[in-house]
Amino acid sequence: MPKQIRLTTPLSNEDVEKLNIGDKVLLNGILLTGRDAAHKRLFELIEEGKELPVDIKGQVIYFVGPTPAKPGKPIGSAGPTTSYRMDPYSPKLIQLGLKGMIGKGNRSQTVIEAMRKFKAVYFGATGGAGALIAKRIKKAEIVAYPDLGPEAIRVLEVEDFPVTVVNDTKGNDLYQEGIKRYAKE
Amino acid sequence: MIREIPSKKIIEVVRGLCIDANYNLGNDVLRAFDKAIEAEESPTGIEVLKELQENARIAWEEKAPICQDCGLAVVFIDIGQDVHITGGDLTEAVNEGVRQGYEDGYLRKSACHPITRKNTGDNTPAIIHIQIVPGDKMKIVFAPKGGGAENMSRVTMLTPAAGIEGVKDFVVNRVKESGSNPCPPTVIGVGVGGTFERSAILAKKAILRDIGNRNPDPELATIEEEILTRINRLGIGPMGYGGNTTSFDVFLEIEPCHIASLPVAVNIQCHAARHKEAII
Ligand code: SF4
Repeated sequence: MPKQIRLTTPLSNEDVEKLNIGDKVLLNGILLTGRDAAHKRLFELIEEGKELPVDIKGQVIYFVGPTPAKPGKPIGSAGPTTSYRMDPYSPKLIQLGLKGMIGKGNRSQTVIEAMRKFKAVYFGATGGAGALIAKRIKKAEIVAYPDLGPEAIRVLEVEDFPVTVVNDTKGNDLYQEGIKRYAKE
Repeated sequence: MIREIPSKKIIEVVRGLCIDANYNLGNDVLRAFDKAIEAEESPTGIEVLKELQENARIAWEEKAPICQDCGLAVVFIDIGQDVHITGGDLTEAVNEGVRQGYEDGYLRKSACHPITRKNTGDNTPAIIHIQIVPGDKMKIVFAPKGGGAENMSRVTMLTPAAGIEGVKDFVVNRVKESGSNPCPPTVIGVGVGGTFERSAILAKKAILRDIGNRNPDPELATIEEEILTRINRLGIGPMGYGGNTTSFDVFLEIEPCHIASLPVAVNIQCHAARHKEAII
């Protein structure tokens, strides 16, 4: 069993600095959601020096576009989307105090470097486990850009939301380490 | 004898298949999870596989989509030449089935205009592949295809001199370069031969096979096994966290091609290997 750590957002530098690649983390508290379109808007506001509609300091952003919620449920299936599409925007958000991102798949060197410099981590959630992940989301509320539909920014209240540390604050990458460890040439 | 099939019946069947395929993962994939949990070396990999197993159970119990990416609606239809469709046209009937299935099943609609990126709002148009076959029945296979794995798929035109070794290398490299993006463990469809477009359709058809079913041609079956072994030595593992379960299976389909070319297509299918069929 990999090591399991429980954390509650917002996260501090100390919280993220103790994490290492491969650690299994159960997140509690709130997560922000956003994918391509929301990231683009946040980035434009930063470029124009304007205030963001949500405070991202110490927060964790989950890259997700859920299915519609059935009546009586807070959210539909809600697994991660592929993260590389957010790479152009992430370093700026990390610089402004974002402490974590949740998605699936590789990040660029620039993002990994920003995480090292400004102390943030990238978590992987299990892609395709949308029904399981939805059960750890207790509440979902749209807080910005409702016009974007599934891509609107939401605040999620989560309980033991399961993720794995893929990039830590030391510049390590689980994808590369995993291959090194298990590849048979 | 001509057999009549009302278009209303087609709408109803397609609607049902959309929901069934998205909520209920096939037994072949469930068996593959069990087998992989036994064989996987990486503890983190085993954790991921157990999550996927648990996810499939929750989806089935709660009638919820396995994955939030409910895919583009890919539909393969074999129509018996003695079938006559009444009360409306076939394409519209399939699209109406998709429209109703995605709406009533609370499925995510992911179809959009390729340039403006505006969502079409109802997950249509479906991607429909029709073949006319002997008989008076109609077989409909519905296979929702998510973006993550589809984006990692490729078609290439090798030189004939590259031969079968060139084909194997191309497939293995494609899986290697895709890394964690297509949600491994994956299923790999390989289409070799035909023309540019035909190879891609062969590759897509290949992923409709159930995991564990080899190509009936023993030579092709051997190639499938060889590619699978090489892929699982790459070390990518479940979700790319490292391990020896990178793909559950490799399916190869071939067709004759031009003397000057060797088309090869690789269609990557994620572990949400969804496909359901019905015969009317
Ligand atoms: S690649 Fe497959 S399992 Fe992963 S998010 Fe896309 S549809 Fe879901």
